[in-house]
Amino acid sequence: MEQTQTGPGGTVALAPDETVTRNQNEGLARLANKGLPRQRSLWSDAFRRMAKNKLAIIGLFVVSLFTLTAIFAPWIAPYGQSEVVDPRLARTGPSWTWPMGLDQNGRDIFSRLVWGARVSLTVGLVAQTIVIIIGVTVGALAGYFAGKTDTFLMRFVDVVYAIPQILLVMIFLNLFGPGLQNIFIAIGLVAWVTEARLLRSQFLSLRESEYVSAARISGAGPRRIIGRHMLPNSLTPLIVAATFGVPTAIFTEASLSYVGVGIMPPQASWGQMVGDASVAGYIQTAPHMLIFPVLAVGLTMLGFTFLGDGLRDALDVRGER
Amino acid sequence: MSRYVINRVFWFVPTVLVLIALTFLILKFTPGTGVISAGTQSITQQQIEALEDRYGLNDPLPVQFATYVRNIATLDFGESFQFRPQRVNDIIGRTLPISLQLGAMATAFALVVGITLGVLAAVNQNGIIDYISVVTAILFYSLPGFVMGFLLILVFAVWLPGRGLDLGFNVGGLQSWQDWILPTVALGAAPLAQIARYTRSSMIEVLKSDYIRTARAKGLSERMTIYRHVMRNSLLPVITLVGPIFAAVGTGSFFVEKVFNIPGMGPFFVESIISKDQPMVLAVVLIYGVFLALMNLLVDIVYGFVDPRIRY
Repeated sequence: MEQTQTGPGGTVALAPDETVTRNQNEGLARLANKGLPRQRSLWSDAFRRMAKNKLAIIGLFVVSLFTLTAIFAPWIAPYGQSEVVDPRLARTGPSWTWPMGLDQNGRDIFSRLVWGARVSLTVGLVAQTIVIIIGVTVGALAGYFAGKTDTFLMRFVDVVYAIPQILLVMIFLNLFGPGLQNIFIAIGLVAWVTEARLLRSQFLSLRESEYVSAARISGAGPRRIIGRHMLPNSLTPLIVAATFGVPTAIFTEASLSYVGVGIMPPQASWGQMVGDASVAGYIQTAPHMLIFPVLAVGLTMLGFTFLGDGLRDALDVRGER
Repeated sequence: MSRYVINRVFWFVPTVLVLIALTFLILKFTPGTGVISAGTQSITQQQIEALEDRYGLNDPLPVQFATYVRNIATLDFGESFQFRPQRVNDIIGRTLPISLQLGAMATAFALVVGITLGVLAAVNQNGIIDYISVVTAILFYSLPGFVMGFLLILVFAVWLPGRGLDLGFNVGGLQSWQDWILPTVALGAAPLAQIARYTRSSMIEVLKSDYIRTARAKGLSERMTIYRHVMRNSLLPVITLVGPIFAAVGTGSFFVEKVFNIPGMGPFFVESIISKDQPMVLAVVLIYGVFLALMNLLVDIVYGFVDPRIRY
C-alpha cells in the first residue's frame, strides 16, 4: 500500500536513490518528517482509529477466536462431530470431563459447538461471497450505465427487497431441500439485493466525479473505469456491508436450523442444537444444553456487530445501519 | 403529492404479483406435492393420485395458477394438505389474531421504549445514560429473536425461580397475562434497538442545528426547546423505520412464537414449509407479503404528508 503513495515525504523515505549518501538521506528524511506530515494510507489511518475503539477490539477478538475455532476444529474438539460419548449419560450436566455437559444423545456439547463454529463460518463466508458477486455485478451495471438499465434492474431489486428475506430463503430452501450447500445458495440468491442497492447508489454519485470523466475522456472503456476507478473507490462501504452480511448469514442459518429447515443431523449446527435443547422439559431439567449454544450464537453476533460498528466508524462510512 | 401517491400505489401491485408468482412457481418446481399429511401411515399410490386429482395438482400449470389467483380474489385458500380436513382459512382465522396481537404489542413496546431511550441518550450525550442505552441497543440489535427469547426464558423462567424469585413467568404457552410479556420483549428487542439508535443520531443532528441555537439564544427554556423544536424535527425520520419494524416483527414472529410455544401463524408456516403444504404456504406468504408491502406503502405516503420538505 505504502509504495503507491506519492508525495514529497513518501517518495524520499521509501525510495532512496542509491547515489544519495547516508547522511544526505537522513537529512532528507528529517526534512520530510519536519516539514510535511508523514503520508499514511487509508488503511493505517483506519487501523489507528479502530485501535482506540474498545468495543471494536473486543469484537475483533471474538471474531478471531470464532474464526480460529472454526479453522482448527478437528484439533480443538475432543470428540467427533456426532460422536456419542455414552448414551446412558445423556443430558449430564457440565463437569471437568465434559465442560459443557452432554446432550440428549450423550454427545459432548463443547465438541459440537466447536464443529458448529465451522458450519457457521462456512455459511457466513460462502453466502456472503455469493452475495457480493451478484450484488456487485448488478449494482455496478445499474449504477454505471444508469438510465434504462438502471430502471430495469432496480425495479426488480426493489420488488425483491420488499419481500422479507427469511421468507424467500425458506421458500428457496423448500425447493432445493435442506443442507449446507443449499443454504449458501438460498441466502446468496436472496440477500444480494442489499449490496446491489448500496453499490448502485455509490456508482451513481461516482459517475459524476471528475476522475471518472477524465478516465472516460482519455478513452477508457467501461470495464477499466469500473474495475480500476469506481470499484476501488466504493470499497469501504462494501467492506462494512460485508462485515454485517457475514453475521446476518450466520444468523439466518442458525434461525433456519433452529426451526428445522436448515442443517440436517448428524452435522452440528448451533441453531439446531438450540432447537434440540428447547424441547419442553429439557429447558428445566437440562438447561446447560440450551445455555451454551445460545451464548455461542449471541457472542458471535455481538462480536461481529462490535467489529462492524468499529470498522464503519474507522472507515468513516455513512451507512443505513 | 397525488402523483407521488399514485406512483407508490402503482408499484405496490407488481411487488405483490411477483411475490405470488415466485412462490407459486417455486412450489410447483419443488419435488413432491405434499398431499400426504404427516400422520398418514399407509397410503396407496392410487389414493395419492386421487388426492392430487382432487386438489387439481395434475392440471396444466396455467390452469393451476388461474385457480390460485381466483382463490386469492375470493379469499378462499382451500383445504390444508397437512391438517386435512381443516381449511386454510380456518387455521389462519384462528392463528392470525394471536400473531397480530403479539406483533402489535411488540411494535408498541419497541416504539415507546426505543424512542424514550434514544431521546434520553441524545439529551445526555456522552453521559452515563447515553452509554447504557447505546450498549443496550447494540446488545438487543445483534441478538437473533430466538436467542433473545431463550435468554429471557433461561433468566426469568428457570434461573430466577430456581433462586427463589418466581415472577410467574412460564417456559412457554399462553395461559396468563404474564405469558405475553417475555415474547413481547423478545420480539420487540431488535426493532427497539434500531429505533433507539436512529432516534439518538437524529436528535443529535437536530440539536446541533442553527434554529436550536436560535431557540436557546432567544431565552426559551431547555424543556421547551426539546419539546417544541428538537423532538418534532428529529422524530419525523423515525417514521421511516416503521416499515422495516413491521418486517422485523413479522418475520421475527416465526421464531419467537416457536420459542414460546405460541399458537400463532409462524409455527404453522414453518410446519407447512417442511411438509410442503402448498395451500398453507401460499396463503401465509401472501398474507405476510401483502401486509408488509401495504405497511411500507402507508409509511411512505404518511411520511410524504408529514414532512413538507419531501416532494416527488
